Formats: sequence, C-alpha cells, structure tokens
Amino acid sequence: MAFLVAELAQPIARSGDQSLTAYKRLAIVPALNEEASVAAVIDEIRRVDQDFEIVVVDDGSTDGTAEAAARAGAVVVRLPYNLGIGGAVQTGYQYARDHGFELAVQIDGDGQHDPSELERLIRPIVEGEADLTVGTRFAGARLYRSPFGRRIGIRLFAGVVSAMVRRRVTDPTSGFRAVNRRGIRLFAADYPHDFPEVESSVLAVRHRLRMLEVPVAMRERATGRSSITTGRGIYYMIKVMLALFISLFRRYPPLEEER
Amino acid sequence: MTPLRVSIAAALAAGLLLFVIIELIRSRRLQERYALLWLLTCVVILVFAVWRGALSELAGLVGIAYPPSALFVLAAFFILVVLLHYSTVISDLSERNLTLAQRIALLEQQLRALQKERAD
Repeated sequence: MAFLVAELAQPIARSGDQSLTAYKRLAIVPALNEEASVAAVIDEIRRVDQDFEIVVVDDGSTDGTAEAAARAGAVVVRLPYNLGIGGAVQTGYQYARDHGFELAVQIDGDGQHDPSELERLIRPIVEGEADLTVGTRFAGARLYRSPFGRRIGIRLFAGVVSAMVRRRVTDPTSGFRAVNRRGIRLFAADYPHDFPEVESSVLAVRHRLRMLEVPVAMRERATGRSSITTGRGIYYMIKVMLALFISLFRRYPPLEEER
Repeated sequence: MTPLRVSIAAALAAGLLLFVIIELIRSRRLQERYALLWLLTCVVILVFAVWRGALSELAGLVGIAYPPSALFVLAAFFILVVLLHYSTVISDLSERNLTLAQRIALLEQQLRALQKERAD
C-alpha cells in the first residue's frame, strides 16, 4: 500500500459519488463530562453528513452529558461507571457490530476533531483502499500545536509503531479514526483498555488490516482538559511501550472472512 | 542441622495456617480453586519443617549455610507465586467487569429504544 497523502489532499467531489453514501455508517463519540460541547459535535456531524447515525458513549459522566446528547438526537449508551476511553470506544464498536454498521468513525466529544474532515477520513474506506484510516495532525497543511513533552512522546511512538508495522506512521496517538466492517469486528472483540490508540493501530495491522493515515486539520479542544497530565504521560509511555513489546510475542490470526 | 526449636515452631505455624485455610474452605469463605496454592504452600513448609534431613539437603544444594533460612526462602517463594496468581485473577476479573459493564450499557440502550418504540 502506498502512502496516499498527495491524492487524498485533493478536494473530494460530492456530486455523483454514489459509493460515498452507500455504506451504513456510524459515528462513535466517546464522552466524559462533555455536557458543554457534545451537542455541538453532534450537530456538526449531522451538518456534514446526515447519513451518519451517531452514538454517544457516556463513560460515566457526572454532568448532563447523556441528556445533552439525547436532546441533540444521538443514540446514547450510558456506561454504568467509568471504563476509560478504550472501554468506552469499544462499546461503540460493539454497538456498530450488533446493529450491522458497515463503517464506523471515532470522533471525540470535546470538539477537537473536526467533523468537516470526516469525508476525507472515510473515503479510503469506502473506496476499499483501507480497512482503518487514522486522521493525522502532522502530515496535514495546518500545523497542529501540541506541548513539547507530548510532541516528543508522539515522535517516539511514531518511530516505534512505524518500525513495527513496517510503514511510516506519523501520528499513532490520534483518536480520529474510521474502520470498515472488518475493523468493527476486530475492535468490538478486542480493544486495548487505557490509552488505546497506539496499541489499536498495531493490533489492526498485526491482524492484517490495511491501515492508512489521512492528513486532517485538528482544533484546539473546545472545552475540558487533556486527560494526559505529565505524571500520567510517563505512565502512558511505559504502559504502551510494554504492551507493544509484548505484542511482538503474540500471534494475531488474520480475521476470517464473514459468512 | 536445623535447631529442633526452629523445626517445632515452623511445623506449628504451618499446621495452624493449614487449619485456618481448611476452616475458611469449610465455611465457604474461600473457594477451593483459590485455596489450592495456599494448601500446597502449607504442606511444603510442613514437610520441610518436620523432615529436617531434607531441609539440610536442600539448603546445601543451593548453598545456604544455615538450613532454617532455606525455610524462609521457600515460604517467600510460595508467597510470590500466590501473589502472582492473584494478579492474574484480578486481571481476569477486571476484564469480565469491563465486558459486563459494556453489555449492560448496550442492553439498557436497547431497552430504552424498545420502550420508546412501544410508546410511539
């Protein structure tokens, strides 16, 4: 698989592109205390593409996140207590699997991911060029500014993941992703618990899913704060590195075709 | 050779622990599957406390000059194994906990959707 940045950077023609709307598609929005921004994210997704069904996975919020999401017209799945981002996102994939969705995107409830980039993200999936696409902040036109320490961490992960999947990966920590049915089935059954992004990319590639990075613009978060503080950042690095190391010694059978 | 007092004390301690474990199983406060490792620990300590020749042999084999120390090493090793076993049990439980929470959330959503459908 070639790295399709240049091709994807072209504007996408909307008219006459039947295949783009043919898929039954789901937007998974994990949210933890995002009462203030979740409705706006839902509205934005709708405005960009009204064919998306939107499921908000409320990961044990203590504010009105679930109510705000329901008012905005999303399907709301309320976890009984906080599972962490991995458990929440996986619940979304399980919903997608159980309801026969053919395409699922993952988009944060804090407004950091720009729904207007969705089409660019799902295009390689719809066209059958990839099983998993990841919106990357660094290959894009607009430069995403992130704190120094985090940038170092992302670089490090990018290096390790690139070596592991034998392809250049620039932003393995991005949570802005899309998968097809194979990806849905994989992630519904097996998804890392906390800090899942890096591991899930490797997991997918090891299971022979075709992964593709798509340059997208990301915004500064609208509300709330990053879940990753310095102390947790160090734990994050070590925990994920351990998981990646162990994954070298695991066997990942290719997903069998669906009956 | 292990001093006789050490042997007696160790045997009594191991015997007491054995009794406590069996009592816990009897009163259903401890499941057999989690008691097995503890029972094994007790039995091994008990055997080496009573069979002093074997303890000296074992100590000599791994280069421990003072045989009662071998008893400590043995006990520490078994405790480590038990703790490690518990870590796997905790991992398994948290995995199941996660799956359960996800299943409940999805079922709850489905239930609400059905209720709404019926109300309409």
